[in-house]
Amino acid sequence: MRRYSYTRAKLTDRAFKYVALSFTAFALGVLVVLLIDIFSKGIARINWDFFRNLPSRHAEKSGIMTALAGMLSLLFFTIIIALPIGILAGIYLQEYGKKNRLAKLIEINISNLAGVPSVIYGILGLTLFVRILKLGNSLIAGALTLGLLILPIIIVTTREAIRAVPDSLREASYGMGATKWQTTSKVVFPFALGGILTGIILAVSRAIGETAPLLVIGALVYVPFIPEGPRDQFTTLPIQIFNWTTRPQAAFIVNAAAGIIVLLLITFLLNGIAIYIRNKWYKKIRY
Amino acid sequence: MELRSKRVQIILIICIVSLVSCFKQYKGRISIDGSSSVYPITEAVAEEFRNKHDDIRVTVGVSGTGGGFKKFARGETDISNASRPITESEIKACTENNIGFIEIPVAYDGLAVVINPANEFIDYLTVEELKKMWEPAAQNKITSWKQVRATFPDVPLSLYGAGTSSGTYDYFTEAIVGKARSSRGDYTASEDDNVLVQGVSTDKGGLGFFGLAYFKENKTKLKLVGIDAGKGKGPIYPTDSTVRTGTYAPLSRPEFIYIKAQSANSPVVREFISFYLENAATLVKEIGYVPLPDEVYKLSYERFLKKKLGSMFVNKSTVGADLIKLMKENQ
Repeated sequence: MRRYSYTRAKLTDRAFKYVALSFTAFALGVLVVLLIDIFSKGIARINWDFFRNLPSRHAEKSGIMTALAGMLSLLFFTIIIALPIGILAGIYLQEYGKKNRLAKLIEINISNLAGVPSVIYGILGLTLFVRILKLGNSLIAGALTLGLLILPIIIVTTREAIRAVPDSLREASYGMGATKWQTTSKVVFPFALGGILTGIILAVSRAIGETAPLLVIGALVYVPFIPEGPRDQFTTLPIQIFNWTTRPQAAFIVNAAAGIIVLLLITFLLNGIAIYIRNKWYKKIRY
Repeated sequence: MELRSKRVQIILIICIVSLVSCFKQYKGRISIDGSSSVYPITEAVAEEFRNKHDDIRVTVGVSGTGGGFKKFARGETDISNASRPITESEIKACTENNIGFIEIPVAYDGLAVVINPANEFIDYLTVEELKKMWEPAAQNKITSWKQVRATFPDVPLSLYGAGTSSGTYDYFTEAIVGKARSSRGDYTASEDDNVLVQGVSTDKGGLGFFGLAYFKENKTKLKLVGIDAGKGKGPIYPTDSTVRTGTYAPLSRPEFIYIKAQSANSPVVREFISFYLENAATLVKEIGYVPLPDEVYKLSYERFLKKKLGSMFVNKSTVGADLIKLMKENQ
């Protein structure tokens, strides 16, 4: 009897292993098919002109310069807005805030906000920033909307990074006679910075691919100019790609594929930086 | 540490200064939004215009005809692209905000009715038959081609069409069902015409409608259906000439731009509109739409110079409208 159940457990074990393996293979397979499809269609289209040209009705002459510039400026402002608020809120909630029921409620709400569909943020941005604050369909309105979108992610990751700081460090710092501010700024924050930065870069890579909230707040499609300032109208790479896929001419699909490759590379690059920072930071800190 | 942060500061300042110095002074801005069907025309004009006047910023968005008019009525845009005339409630919204507008037709577009190339039994369709499949009463009832015409085989009928927020939907329902924005709901709706092309080309019993330009680019995947309007002319296919002359009835529609009256005073906008109407005929053709008769472009320019406000289509349908006659009456 015992022997039987042993072989059975072994069988289950092996079966589970293969089931898991086949699901992983399936997920990877889909990704590989997608990547091969995109790369085979678009890679030949990527050249210097593709980065330098303005949008055009001729697929071969059309480029991503203004879309890329719009996307990068949008990210720049998004980071400027979301970063200080997110990090400070995270530090406050974890280090300073009282741990009572209200704090618990706030924590649950922030986690919930991280899961709200992005188009909802778009509608909020349209009403609040575009209409009430009269910012129009400008870069700054887009950046504020995306900032709101990634704020919960930054707060949650900041808290998690700070929570991972061992209490012994804090206690040692207090033991030396340091104040709370000194402890937070000189001990806790530097120790947590690696985790915080990783969270920020992941938040930014999420913001990069967003199209829906930007379309809602009124990002444009044909913008043959690089934005001059935060009040300027803009377009972004995902919107450009979206527009290309709706064109009747097949040549625009090639452009869309090339645009997707650029977007993928930027996302990969950001994720790579996140991993690099994390590894480097954790090696550096040795108490 | 002190030194390093100072260096960072200096680098930052250099970056900002060099960024700012890249910016150019522009003579003026024109912001355009609205219909996705008119977008290619306005984009082509804006692109050519930029080659001549690179100091004038023209930006174009795609919010759909209705979405475009919403922004236009708030005074957020100078020009609104529209694939149907402005509606009464939209006119009201404009008046409430003191926005006057000049209505200018810029092109014709034929709505192509297409089926799967493997579909052998359909030779043509009448407007009555189209109505039978698309009207609200057809919902969950007309599900087989046999119900459309008795001689058709019992093949499941599946419909593909523009989404309800598009001007194309408004026009099609008005022309076929007889009432704008009224149709059955159980059809595959998409604002992206490529989705509709894809749907009909892989569905043997499929039927869809969209702008002629999308058919021209996908000729091998789709089959065009001739439409018999029941006026004794027999089935007619959309071509440049049948669309222009209005023989391809009732599915040839005019496309419009609406110009804010306040903006029409600006020299930059005047320059743009004059360029638009001069080059529309060539560009419209190039991107697969049908140009209007030259006379209409001339009348439109006069209309613009005179700042003739208001719509020609108040209480009037664009279905089967004679533009030259209408414009002459309304100058």
